[in-house]
This record gives sequence, C-alpha cells and structure tokens, in this order.
Amino acid sequence: MILNKNALLLLMPVLLTGMISCNNRDSSQLIHGDAAQKAYVPPGEYDEFYAFLSGGYSGQITVYGLPSGRLFKEIPVFSQYPENGYGYSEETKNLFNTSYGFVPWDDSHHIELSQQNGEFDGRWLFVNGNNTPRIARVDLTTFETVEILEIPDVAGLHCSPFITENSEYLVSGTRFSVPIPQEDVPIDTYKENFKGLINYVSLDQEHGHMDLAFQIEMPGFNYDLARNGKAVSHGWSFLTTYNSEQAHSLLEVNASQMDKDLMAIVNWKKAEEYLAAGKFTERETSYYHNLMNEGSGIVNSEERTTTKILDPKECPDMVYFIPVPKSPHGCDIDPTGEYIVGNGKLSADMSVYSFSQIMQAIEEENFDGEFDGIPIINYEAGLHGIVKKPGLGPLHTEFDGRGNAYTTFFISSEVVKWDVESKEILDRQSTFYSPGHLVIPGGETRNPDGKYLVAMNKITKDRFLPTGPEMMHSAQLFDISGEKMELILDFPTKAEPHYAQAIAAEKLMANSKKFYPIEDNTHPYATMGEGNSKVEREGDEVHVYMTAMRSHLAPDNIEGIKVGDKVFFHLTNLEQDWDVPHGFAMQGATNAELLVMPGQTRTLLWEPKKPGVFAFYCTDFCSALHQEMSGYARVSAQGSDVPLKWGLNEELSDNREAANTFYEQAKARASQ
Amino acid sequence: MLLAVASLAALFFFPLWQIRLDAAQFPGGLQLHIWINKVSGTDKNIIQNINILNHYIGMQAIHPDSIPELKYFPLINYLMIALGLVFAWINKSMGFLTWTIVLVLLGILGLYDFYLWLYDYGHNLDPKAPIKVEGMTYMPPLLGKKDLLNFKVQSYPHWGGLFLGMATVFGGLAFIKKNRK
Repeated sequence: MILNKNALLLLMPVLLTGMISCNNRDSSQLIHGDAAQKAYVPPGEYDEFYAFLSGGYSGQITVYGLPSGRLFKEIPVFSQYPENGYGYSEETKNLFNTSYGFVPWDDSHHIELSQQNGEFDGRWLFVNGNNTPRIARVDLTTFETVEILEIPDVAGLHCSPFITENSEYLVSGTRFSVPIPQEDVPIDTYKENFKGLINYVSLDQEHGHMDLAFQIEMPGFNYDLARNGKAVSHGWSFLTTYNSEQAHSLLEVNASQMDKDLMAIVNWKKAEEYLAAGKFTERETSYYHNLMNEGSGIVNSEERTTTKILDPKECPDMVYFIPVPKSPHGCDIDPTGEYIVGNGKLSADMSVYSFSQIMQAIEEENFDGEFDGIPIINYEAGLHGIVKKPGLGPLHTEFDGRGNAYTTFFISSEVVKWDVESKEILDRQSTFYSPGHLVIPGGETRNPDGKYLVAMNKITKDRFLPTGPEMMHSAQLFDISGEKMELILDFPTKAEPHYAQAIAAEKLMANSKKFYPIEDNTHPYATMGEGNSKVEREGDEVHVYMTAMRSHLAPDNIEGIKVGDKVFFHLTNLEQDWDVPHGFAMQGATNAELLVMPGQTRTLLWEPKKPGVFAFYCTDFCSALHQEMSGYARVSAQGSDVPLKWGLNEELSDNREAANTFYEQAKARASQ
Repeated sequence: MLLAVASLAALFFFPLWQIRLDAAQFPGGLQLHIWINKVSGTDKNIIQNINILNHYIGMQAIHPDSIPELKYFPLINYLMIALGLVFAWINKSMGFLTWTIVLVLLGILGLYDFYLWLYDYGHNLDPKAPIKVEGMTYMPPLLGKKDLLNFKVQSYPHWGGLFLGMATVFGGLAFIKKNRK
C-alpha cells in the first residue's frame, strides 16, 4: 500500500487517537481466556527460559523464569551486596577497584550472553557499568561475578558490551565524549578537545578472560548503542550516535537540531589487520582489571597502564558513517545479518539499512562527504527502506526468526510487530507504560526462539498495589507464537531493567554447579577439616581459621583478642551437599555478613573497639540446630596478657588426627 | 560351575546391597551402596552427608576405613573364586556340592555380620545426641522398608547381592547336573 504524504498527515490524528485509547488502564479487555494458563508453570515444574534482566541503577542482574515471571536470583555485579558479603569480604572487595579507587556502585544496562556461531552457548554473561566505565563477566555455572575490566578514557559506558557472533570481542563506545587524555580545558572547547572512543575487548575463548585489545579514536559524539554483524555481516560493528551537533549544554534542545545523526560502521577485521601491522599508537593511561581465581575465590586486582589506539584518519577503510534519522537509539540487526534497523527516537520513521547495499556503496565510493576524515555513506544508497509512521519514539527492536521484527515505542507506549522484508506493520499492542528495551529469547541471535516477548517498562503508575512514591518497574509478557501478540502476564521487576537476554533453560541447567568441590579449594586460609581449625596472631592481625558444618562453627570460643586488633575470620564451609550454605555474622563488625557456599572459603574483617565478650552466629537457617550454631569471641583491653586460646567442645578437637586426613579423603573421593 | 565363579567375580563390579533414604528435603533420595570392598552411593560425598544427618540422633559416623570386613571379605571372595576354579578343574560332583555349601554358609554369615553392623549403628547411640526420641532406635531394615523419623528407609540387595545368589544357584545346578550323569 502506497500512501502519499497528505494522506498520511490526515491519518496521523486517527493513529494518535487510536494509540491514546489503547493506553486505557483497563487491560482486561486485552486478556483472553487462556492467558493465565499460558503463563502458568505448575508447582514443582520448571520454566522454559532463564531471563537475565539488568538492574539499571541497582548495578545488579536479576534472573527470572519465563513464562512464569518468577524471580530466581539477584546476581550482585556492580554494587556491594551485604546480603552475602559480595564486595565486603576480603576475597571479593577487589572487584570494585578502579582508576578512581574503590567504587561500590554502578549503573548496569546491557546484558550480553556469550555466543558461538551466532547462538547463545550458555557459558558467560557480560554486562556494562555505565558510570565508572567497566564491563563485568558472570560465570553461568555459578551465577557469580568473576571478573570486572575498566575501560579507560571514556565516560558513560552506555553503548556496551555488545558481543560478536563467536564471542571474539565485546564492543563498546563512549556515551559522553571527553578530553583524551583527560585535561583541564574550558567545556566550550568541546569541538576542539573532546573525543570519543570505540573499544574492542577480546575474550579468551577457554576462560572468558577479558582484555582491552584496542580503541578507535572517533569524533566527539555521543555513542549510544551498538550491535555486531552476524552471518553475512560478521566482522562489522554498527553503532548509533547522537549529538552530531557536538553540543555540550542543554543537549535536550541543542543535540536535537539536525534531521539526521550518524551511525558508525566499523570493519573490525580491518582494524585487526592495522593492529597486526603496528599502525596503532600506544598511550599511557590507567585502568583496572579485577579477576577472581577459580580455586581460591580471591580477586586479584591489577592496574594496566597502556592502551592501543587506532586513528581512522591513518587507517582507511576501517570506519564509515551513514546518516540515521534524528537522535537514534537502538541499532539492531535481523537474524540473517542483512538488515540493520536504526531507531530514530525523535523521528516518526524507522530506517532499515541493507548490509549488501552498504557494502556496494562503499565499493562504489558513493559518499556524501566526510566527518573528520571518515567517509559518510550516501543515506539512500544504504537504505533498504523506511517503516513509515510505526508509532512514536521507537527505541529497540528484536526478532522472532520468522521474518518479523518487534519494536518498542516509548512515547506511544506499545510494541509494534512488522515485517522486515516488506516493512509492513502487522500488529500493535499497548504496554503499561512506556517500554524501553524488549527481549525475545535469542532475539538478537541468528536463531531466535520466537515464543515470548517481554517488554520492560519505564513507568509503573497504577499497575500494582501502590507502595508509596517509589515502585518496582513493570514488565509485560506477550505470547508471540501466533499472528497477533497476546498479553499473558504482568510482573514487577527489580530496580530498572534496561536490556535483558533470555536463554533456553536446558542450555544452562545441566551446567549449574551444586557446590564447590572442597578438593579444588586453593584458598591460602582454607581450613581443611575441623581438626585444622586454629587462631594465629601476626602482630595486630588475628587470623581465625574457622570451619562450618551442620551445626557448629569451629572454633566457637576464642580468647586473647585485643582492642585494636584486626581479626580476620576465614570461614570454610566443609559441607559437600547442594543448598547447604552457612552464614557468618559478628556483632560489632562494621561491614556485612558472609554467606559461604559449600566448599568455599570467605573472609570477614572485624576490628573490635571495646573489651567484652561478643557473639557470632550462622545467619543461614542451615538445619534443625541452626539456632545453636554460634560462638563467642572475648576481647581484652590493649596490652592485656590474656593468652590466645580457642576451642570447640573437647571431644571434637580430640579427633584431630581423623580430621587431618579430611583433605586427603576428599581428594581420594574425587578421584573415584 | 564356571558361571558360578564368574558370578562371584562380578561382586567386584557391582554393589552387594543398597540402602535408600527418602525424605522431603532430599529430592531423588540418598542411596548408600555397600560393596564387598567399599561403601559408596549417590555421589562421592554420600558418606559425609549421611554422617552429618546421623550425628543429630547420635548415630556413629560411618568410616569405611574402620570396617575390617571391607578388607578381608574381598580376600575370602578371591579364595572362593580360586576354589571354584580348582573344583571346576577336578570336575567332581562332591566338589561342587562342598563349594556351594561353603558359599551358602559364608553368605549367611555375611548377612548376619551386616545385621550386627546395622544393629550397632542403630542402637549404639551417643548419649549426648542433640535429638533424642524416647524409645526410638535407628536400625535400618535388613530387607524391606521402615520409617525412621522423617526418613523412609529401604534396604534391598543390589546387583552384587543377586550375583551372589546366582553363584549359589549355579553351584547347585552344577552339582545336580554332575550327579545325574
């Protein structure tokens, strides 16, 4: 159907009225009889998908089941988590080290699951920290954060950490351009002094370890979101930018003046060639790499001081621009890798680009000038077509693998389904209210599982029972297996999920660790067997080698600690069974508690301030005798001569010899 | 006769007996496998996990290293295999009968010994146990099912037990067959 401009203008008010009336709070009219059944997972049954939702300003990740919308876990990533001691324990606190010092909070936005051949492989999960630019890796066998890499010389790492189809790289871009290297300059020298960086973090294929491979120095725009090519477009990255006006104040107006901004297109295979040919400059900088040792669980923090910079002016054919309608946000690539959707969030239209046309335009040098030496590809030459007036405020697009795209519209508060090839609009459903990202399991991969769609909304208002001014965000689950999207569930989500990714449960379940084998524990302060528990003094440091086993801590009586000491409780959980964590809390400790998983060792620091006898206890209801799992630490005045003494019920400590063979036995069991 | 010997050899590859404990908190149950030379189970940590549970009611910890039978039972089995081979070579009906009777007697003795261990584990309780239930003892059944507090305990022969039974049957058959000729 072809409409001329006038007909469209006439239609606009009708479309808008339609949208507004759909935003009626009473969504019952949208719910069909069997909706509850579709989202219902009976007690004891499992969900079909794991969904990993970023936490936004909480800095964490939450794990939900689909289609039930049940919350399984919150994974602490960029924020300290007193609930289990993450970021407080001596082992984990180094994860928060940055070139700015210890930063115990961040803003987590985009989840990326590791891929092989353009499909999720279920090994790792990556997520960005926006405020203090960094990327974290979560191990999907333990659902724990095990590595955080800082990205130097960028500001607001929003455009991050987009993965390539064989997990070669995580691609990111700076949201705020800044002087590089940082220096004291007037802000209004933005155009001369401010630069952007596109960063490529390589992944070690065996362990997933991250390494900053190279950075590309770019004009000072705001790099917003990205995707990497797949299948036919593998080897290329696409990044939307806004503020090509290069404004530095009142961006809401000054960065919204031009009709079109620019999308950056990077040939990273070419970049690899330039890197190998030594066409980079090495720059002094500072950033931190924090990595957890698998055996000990101890995070080692290391400062790195150089970075490799590629300059597009000196590396031709590596970076291009193509115009995108006004202040684009999402930049999403369909499962074939051929179509790239640029969502101009302030535009009424959506541009869909064709990878093969872009390649042809580059070949024919069909350019409309350049910016800072980077060629700008002719807009029409790269354009597959325009999705006309799909809604207001297009943000993000995912795909179902059947040739359809689904885009969220923030302003008109809806999800719109459209045909990628014909650009025809097929269906629209309201969401409540104002969706940001959406997720279809595998919706950004070569092989989406197009059964469900979750819209993550920015505004909750009246969706749930009111809880005062601050409320959980709301998400809506749609069944998209039919021709029309069908709303089947509303569920609250923690903090502010930005992006999410969902993966078939069977890809993760079998690899999920039940506990840490104690024979693999290489922690230098691990206590292998109750009989080895002890207390040692080194100057004013007191090290308590403590064990936990249902239902006692050993030792549970400690004397000889003095005011001014630093007491380190190294707690080893000796259990080797599923779901038997032990906790540890010390009265007067000014940090947090510890939750220690079976086979693990974790350390809590306590600095007693006054003499007395103070209680400690297990905080995780571990057994019928959990309430008895406690002990006392006696603190004497500075300079007192109370000797260092510790113990557990004599009968047990007599069994020292048997306990000493514990480690050997555990090893023997493992080798059976 | 050789089949009887082969069945005995199978005791080194299959557990003799299994004790299965089922309770709400243990999906799939806990299984203890008693072999001629070791104790194993659901996973490599089964003994530690059962010992942790048992200590609440004052049962002694199971230490396979301190059960002498696990050391000399395999030797007896080797001896019986060797004897079986010798009798098969001699090929006399009385030899087969003697071997079978000895094996049956050993089997009965073994079962009685197992019963004594179970009795000891179930009755010889630590007087300082945190959980004491008036009149309650915790001897697992030798054969069959029993409810012990929150656990349903089932005790049955495993493949090895069946092979031992088959060894006596094959021994008996060898005797009958030889005797008829």
